[in-house]
Amino acid sequence: MRHFRETIYKWIFSVLAFASLLFLTGIILTLFVESYPFFVRHDISESIFGLYWYPTYDPPEFGMLTLITASFVVTLGAMVVCIPIGVGTALFLQELASASQRAVLKPLIEILAGIPSIIFGFFGMIVVAPFLQRLLGIPTGLNAFTASLVLGIMATPTVASLAEDAVSFVPRSFREASLALGANRWQTLTRVVVPAAGSGISTAIILGIGRAVGETMVVLMVAGGAAVIPHSIFDPVRPMTATIAAEMGEAVMGSGHYGALFAIGLILFFITLAINIVAEIISRRFRLKLGLGR
Amino acid sequence: MDCDVKIRARNIDFYYRRSRALKNISLDVLKKRVTALIGPSGCGKSTFIRLFNRMNDLIPGARVEGQILLDGFDIYHPKTDVVSLRRRVGMVFQKPNPFPKSIFDNLAYGLTITDVRDKEFIEHKVIDSLKKAALYNEVKDRLHDNALMLSGGQQQRLCIARCLAVEPEVILFDEPAASLDPISTRKIEELLLELKNEYTIVIVTHNMQQAARVSDYTAFMYLGELVEYGDTERIFTVPKEKMTEEYLSGKFG
Repeated sequence: MRHFRETIYKWIFSVLAFASLLFLTGIILTLFVESYPFFVRHDISESIFGLYWYPTYDPPEFGMLTLITASFVVTLGAMVVCIPIGVGTALFLQELASASQRAVLKPLIEILAGIPSIIFGFFGMIVVAPFLQRLLGIPTGLNAFTASLVLGIMATPTVASLAEDAVSFVPRSFREASLALGANRWQTLTRVVVPAAGSGISTAIILGIGRAVGETMVVLMVAGGAAVIPHSIFDPVRPMTATIAAEMGEAVMGSGHYGALFAIGLILFFITLAINIVAEIISRRFRLKLGLGR
Repeated sequence: MDCDVKIRARNIDFYYRRSRALKNISLDVLKKRVTALIGPSGCGKSTFIRLFNRMNDLIPGARVEGQILLDGFDIYHPKTDVVSLRRRVGMVFQKPNPFPKSIFDNLAYGLTITDVRDKEFIEHKVIDSLKKAALYNEVKDRLHDNALMLSGGQQQRLCIARCLAVEPEVILFDEPAASLDPISTRKIEELLLELKNEYTIVIVTHNMQQAARVSDYTAFMYLGELVEYGDTERIFTVPKEKMTEEYLSGKFG
């Protein structure tokens, strides 16, 4: 009887553990199946490098370059915001902050990480966009710049907390060795701690990029939504995620437009997959370098 | 006698938050001699030598009372430059702690942080220090390999070489062989005996035989107090205190 119960438990937990694998396979399968007709009917490189996204015209055009460029520009902009703030926060917390400063800052960062993206979008739309529009005298505040800014703020807690972990993994003995040789705190930080945590910090940044690439709500609300190649960072853009979110409801099931949106989803999936693989490779190397094992 | 004193500790009390880790310790470390601190773990010997290069400054809630004089100058004086103090008083830690950099860069580190740029000088200093630490022959063909690839004993000699490259006057050894095998330990001990001609050495060890082998003077500490201090041979043969005798004969520890 006891043996039987143990077998049951083992099965239940195995099934639960494999559930996520099942979901992942299901998602990938759906993406492939639904975008397959699109790739049969359209040339891949023509779609990816096509400049015109007119899915409802007759005949429709499914050039995705504007959407891919938009995602790229907005993500790059977000990085410019979140890397210095995130890494700076991590180093401050680990190396310079007093216990009481840490006690205040850390929970604040966690709260920031927990704010739903719709709130960030709302904040960008109601506060940041009009402010920038007035400040810079530009036609619209809903553009790539605003989206980058809001997205960057949103990705900052991810970068900050992961980079902080990386810095905290640097053994105290490295710091002691450096200080005992007569290095000051700044030298110890820049020449020992940061290089030792380097690949860990890179991983944090890459995962931050992943978060920015896949984010939908913020770019849908503040990026402006124009499917054209931007000439300046203050032009409105239409990133991939926003395109899918905005158009999926209107696309006729099984139509070319429908397949094209799934194709965008598939491309997005491969981009984030690549980002995660790179992050994993770097972080594995990081742990080896510090002698922390696998 | 007095002119040979390198470090003079006077009535040292050390507090870690509320607890008193060191109790009224006075001790003179003589120039170019090996002084060993022995005692059961937790007796405060590591805490004590970490006062000599102010490593305890890093511990939040730590407080020192009393005076430590290096060549007559108070190292806890508010105007003391901690950075230059640590260049004069080097330290080798219990666990080998090379940086995750090349062997060469590990040794050059202490020089480049003081803006030494002369490449020839650095290279000369690196090789010279590796030779002094009896490591050069083992690593001369792979100076640019990562230092973490070396064995534990080699890593510890690298740390000693790294310390020598800065040209300290005093070297503090905090149980330098505690994590090493017997053969590596012997190499470190041989090295200590060579280094004492040029440097003032203070070594913490919980290994009594090691203290007997390498040191000229031995201090026995127990529960934060200095029980007995004197000539190593005398301490090991005719200890004055009953507690020293009991510790050395293995009655507790």
